[in-house]
Amino acid sequence: MKNLNWRTITTHTILIIGVIFMTLPVWVAFATSTHTAETIIRNGLQFWPGGELFKTYNEVLFVEGGVMKSVLGTTMMKNSLILGIGFAIGKVVISMMAAYAIVYFRFKLAVPLFWIIFMTLLLPLEVRIIPSYEVMAGLGLLDTHFGLIVPLIASATGTFFFRQFFRSVPDELLEAARLDGATAWGFFIDILVPLSKTMIAAILIIMFVVGWNQYLWPLIMTTKEENYTLVIGIKQIYQVLAEGGELPQYQKAFALTILATLPPVLVVLVFQNWFVKGLVESEK
Amino acid sequence: MSKVQLANVRKTYPNGAEAVCGVDMEIQSGEFIVFVGPSGCGKSTLLRMVAGLEKITDGEIHIDDRLINDVSPADRDVAMVFQNYALYPHMTVRGNMSYGLKNRGMPKAEIDQKVTDAAKMLRIADFLDRQPNQLSGGQRQRVAMGRAIVREPKVFLFDEPLSNLDAKLRVQMRIEIKRLQRRMNVTSIYVTHDQTEAMTLADRLAVINDGKIEQMGSPIELYNNPATLFVASFIGAPQVNLMPVSFDGNSLVSGDVNILGFTDLPTDTDLVLGIRPDDMHLDDNGQFPLRVDIVEQHGADNLIYGGVLGAAMRGEDETEFCFKAGQNMLPDLETTLKLGFNAERAMVFNKATGERLR
Repeated sequence: MKNLNWRTITTHTILIIGVIFMTLPVWVAFATSTHTAETIIRNGLQFWPGGELFKTYNEVLFVEGGVMKSVLGTTMMKNSLILGIGFAIGKVVISMMAAYAIVYFRFKLAVPLFWIIFMTLLLPLEVRIIPSYEVMAGLGLLDTHFGLIVPLIASATGTFFFRQFFRSVPDELLEAARLDGATAWGFFIDILVPLSKTMIAAILIIMFVVGWNQYLWPLIMTTKEENYTLVIGIKQIYQVLAEGGELPQYQKAFALTILATLPPVLVVLVFQNWFVKGLVESEK
Repeated sequence: MSKVQLANVRKTYPNGAEAVCGVDMEIQSGEFIVFVGPSGCGKSTLLRMVAGLEKITDGEIHIDDRLINDVSPADRDVAMVFQNYALYPHMTVRGNMSYGLKNRGMPKAEIDQKVTDAAKMLRIADFLDRQPNQLSGGQRQRVAMGRAIVREPKVFLFDEPLSNLDAKLRVQMRIEIKRLQRRMNVTSIYVTHDQTEAMTLADRLAVINDGKIEQMGSPIELYNNPATLFVASFIGAPQVNLMPVSFDGNSLVSGDVNILGFTDLPTDTDLVLGIRPDDMHLDDNGQFPLRVDIVEQHGADNLIYGGVLGAAMRGEDETEFCFKAGQNMLPDLETTLKLGFNAERAMVFNKATGERLR
């Protein structure tokens, strides 16, 4: 019993230390964002919340010129949402259809094609960022949501996950559906998609967070302020701060950072049940 | 009411393996046919070719004079019940049963009517709005059958539908399937490796071995009159007693045992004598001395197993025999019983070819 207690204490200590490491910087950012610019300049980062919470966040979100030259925090948030959601949905749709083709249709190049797709996992976006930019620029799609999202939605990870999942679906289901007169499309929509729903949810969540946090691609694809995402906004505000001139508005930069982390955190918190289910469960 | 005809049907896999090598069969309207054989004998492949789930390499399959080799599974008008039920896990029982009808564009009212009727018949009407994972194995199997019934197909196909159920339920469902088939009078093909299921369900059964039909006929015909050693050993529980013997002109010889009562057999080949456990009886002048090894009490009968003293061919082990006796027959172990047999019903096979000689 005593041993067990010691073990509990040790593991908990380690976990608590881990939690502090992870959350303390976020807390400091939040606390600092509730002070005035002058306090921050004079006294540095703040550990305890100050009295400017409402004022700072109001200016960042709703007041023109409060954070950028003209664009509002809400607009950037909207852009980020569009990117995150479009990115996630696009990835799920494309990778499900790719996986469906690879698993259920016997065509000669299925296996090599799968491995080619799989190998692109090894290549980060940065490798093809210039050619992708060229293509989008050539099509005149800079500064559009379409141009921002579409080049990113091919997903080796998603294709791989769905392929593994589809392969674990018993063949008899396909056979039963064939005898029931389902078409290829019917089987996909009526049987596979509903069966994959936890998987879809998990991938949507992961991909939403990844899309939301995209940095380099939106940075080169957007030139106008009204198309900035939150992440780009943060980068811009720090740049303004560094270039100096006025009194640096650190509290607003921190507020923007906190705002940028909220949606992904909320999504994961709200959907964590689905998320875990999708990754571990094989409900067939 | 539909006939099914198979003419020289073959299945060869791309790697050259032959799963089915030339099957001819004519199935009458309303007949209940069982394919039985050991695993890997090609019985499921044959069934799946009728269903359209496997391509037919060669030969022709007709349903009601319509050649269906290249007809898609959905258009063959067959319904299949799978071993693991293959219910759509995310749909309710009602959804499962109506999916095929919906795909055929049947009006909703008609679908509802059919599903309700079938559910009543299968006694699953109370579960229509449940999902498969809330049902027991037997109920799932009923749903799978319901899905086949609502389609009102020309042919029912069953692929070992009872092997996932426990023994008691299997017997119940077996009877129910038989009753249902009688009532609906739909031509059915049923695949199983269980000879009891095969015997009890079939109007006619086809014993399949190595992709070929060994023998086809009514269960009792196959039991009484097996054409080959394989059929004799596959049909009947407990299994037929087999003893390797040779013929010396007067009697069958196995080691020190001489068995009289046989004539006109070849003397130059190895033979196998087959006697069913229920064709043996206690007899003071009996030709088989059986040293009792194990007595299994099955309630009504006892099965007495033991070696036949002296019956061993060239270094092989003593032949094991089983003898079916009444409830009261409880010999001590290691005692020797004298057994006689019904020579009329004894069978003799050619050991090499399996062909029946007598």
